[in-house]
Amino acid sequence: MLVAPFLAAAACSGSSDSGGGDDKQVTLTYAIWDQAQVAAMKQIISEFHSQHPNIDVQVQVTPWESYWTKLQTAVTAGTGPDVFWMTMVYAKYYATGGGIAPLDDQIKSSKMDMGAYVPAVTKAYTIDGKVFGVPKDVNGFGLCYNKQLFDAAKVKYPDESWTWSDVIAAAQKLTNPQKGVYGFVAPEADELSWYLTVPQVGGQIISPDGKSSGYDQPATVKGIQFWTDMITKYHVSPTLQQTTDTDPLAMLTSGKVAMRYCGSWEPEEIAAVPYGKAHIDIAPLPAGPDGNRNYYSNGLANSMSAKTQHREQAWEFLQFLGSERAAEIQAKTGTVIPAYEGHAEAYAKAMPEFDLQVFVDQLKYAQPFPASTDTAAWRDDATKQFAEAWTGKASVDEVSRSVASKMNDALSKEKK
Amino acid sequence: MLLLPAAAGLVVFEIWPTFQTIYYSFTSWGAFGGHTWSGLENYRTLIADSDVVHAVINTAIITAITLLAVPISAVVAALLSLPGMRGVTIYRTLYFLPVVTLPAAVALTWKWLFNGDYGLVNWLLSKVGIDGPHWLSDPATAIFAISIVGVWGSIGYNMVIFLSGIRGIPVDYYEAAELDGAGRVKQFFHVTVPLLTPSIFFVTVITVINALQAFDLVYLMVGQQSPAIQRTETLVYLFYQRGFAEHDGGYAAAIGVLLLLATLILTAAQFRLQRRWVHYG
Repeated sequence: MLVAPFLAAAACSGSSDSGGGDDKQVTLTYAIWDQAQVAAMKQIISEFHSQHPNIDVQVQVTPWESYWTKLQTAVTAGTGPDVFWMTMVYAKYYATGGGIAPLDDQIKSSKMDMGAYVPAVTKAYTIDGKVFGVPKDVNGFGLCYNKQLFDAAKVKYPDESWTWSDVIAAAQKLTNPQKGVYGFVAPEADELSWYLTVPQVGGQIISPDGKSSGYDQPATVKGIQFWTDMITKYHVSPTLQQTTDTDPLAMLTSGKVAMRYCGSWEPEEIAAVPYGKAHIDIAPLPAGPDGNRNYYSNGLANSMSAKTQHREQAWEFLQFLGSERAAEIQAKTGTVIPAYEGHAEAYAKAMPEFDLQVFVDQLKYAQPFPASTDTAAWRDDATKQFAEAWTGKASVDEVSRSVASKMNDALSKEKK
Repeated sequence: MLLLPAAAGLVVFEIWPTFQTIYYSFTSWGAFGGHTWSGLENYRTLIADSDVVHAVINTAIITAITLLAVPISAVVAALLSLPGMRGVTIYRTLYFLPVVTLPAAVALTWKWLFNGDYGLVNWLLSKVGIDGPHWLSDPATAIFAISIVGVWGSIGYNMVIFLSGIRGIPVDYYEAAELDGAGRVKQFFHVTVPLLTPSIFFVTVITVINALQAFDLVYLMVGQQSPAIQRTETLVYLFYQRGFAEHDGGYAAAIGVLLLLATLILTAAQFRLQRRWVHYG
């Protein structure tokens, strides 16, 4: 007796907010990897839920190291999340392999404006003429430095005039073996190291057509050499063994290194450490020897699983994730620069203790992140091989040639 | 009949996948499901892959070092069985703790202990004037560091089996040995060890099989980014890397078959050799 009116009421409220005409309660899973962005994502979800009461969204956080292996296994088995974060590295792989769904029909019918996003990001997720992701954010890079250590060594703070030689000169003055302080840190982490310097000297990781490796080009070798020289030639950076044992970001926020190249998603982590919040600031990324500022930028998108059971609801959620409001929420937390244009300023003001504007100013030099259909097949191998150059056991030139030949093998397999 | 549930589980989750793996090792995989027959292609790649050679050597080293856990646990178990030994329960719990601790927690804790600049191990070494290496990121030491953790982690399990084995040895033998003038050490070598050989054999077989499957410590304590990975990656790690990280399922299956063969041969060899040294009382 009591149940009947309740059901009737539920049915009424269900049909009144006709999102897609489907009034049954649906739960979507949304997979992400960054713990630091969970708060912003939850806020987006709660606002989305108040507009679409019949759609619940559950966030599933898996750390980056196991995110991709887990996702691929789950998607293959048909148990994967409905909506998930995608990077440029895997976009082609998921799109051509049938892991993520093309969104063109939905974009057309709901008149979504793809021109609202940073073009480099939209372009990276447009594969064979079809759109496979709604752009989420874009990465900028800068030079994080420790003001206290600069003051103590009486070195002028870095500014936009800096090039490679200024970094080297300052690092030499800042290095103080007695105190265990290094002027610079040169980790072996492609995205945060040589992907930033190789384009500055005109080198490339992969040819623009994605068919051959760029590692055997002299300019590429020069871009990588910048990093190994810091360790093996100038001795102004901790060794690869030290940066493997201790996170380079922790070295920066504990005053053990004076300079580190930083990504636009990192200031929040730096501010979480009181010493980092008090003494670290951010300068523009030093330019190449000839003033070239190009860099490889990754940017994320939200994609829909090709195997989702709830296409309509997933699209509703994707639309909201790509909305101006979602961009605003993310920008205000200072975690990422939204790909939705016009909200970079809110990001830049999110943390007044740092000059976040440098990340935003750099966006115009962004180049598409090096990727092919099966990027993982050569990217991990490159990292593994370059360890020899970082530890000084082999020259960058030798290792690069070996990396290029293995990479070309992997690329030729893709074509089959 | 009562075995049926367990047997069904074994067939569905162990035996059937084994045959699937063997089949997959002759195929080439698509990104999200689907595979095509590729004959011996994967095995041709396997023979030419220098990483496989490293992995075989590393796995052999880890297995050899982990076997040290067998004599160590036998000694620990014998000591704990001494009449009049106090606090046996506490020691037994302490030694057994690693067995019931999450491998991830174990790996993380040891990673901190082994940290080159701030780790407790090097701090202790510095007290006696030794400048310790970067244990886990130095290619020369990493494999020993993770093997030590492997030894430490398997003592508890071995010890429990040895303890019950020692309980099964009649006290008369020790009394007789004592009358003949044998001290504790002699009793250990001439009474305990020979009568414990069935347990020792069992533990050795299990230790070898487990060590051949070493993965978690390498994955969690060293990882793909470390300069030491080439000198620590094991067959199972390579299987994971090729199959899950680099999406080459068919090739990973071929590595799995190689591991299966190695395990079969080593275990069969141990069963043949046991006739020479195991005494079933």
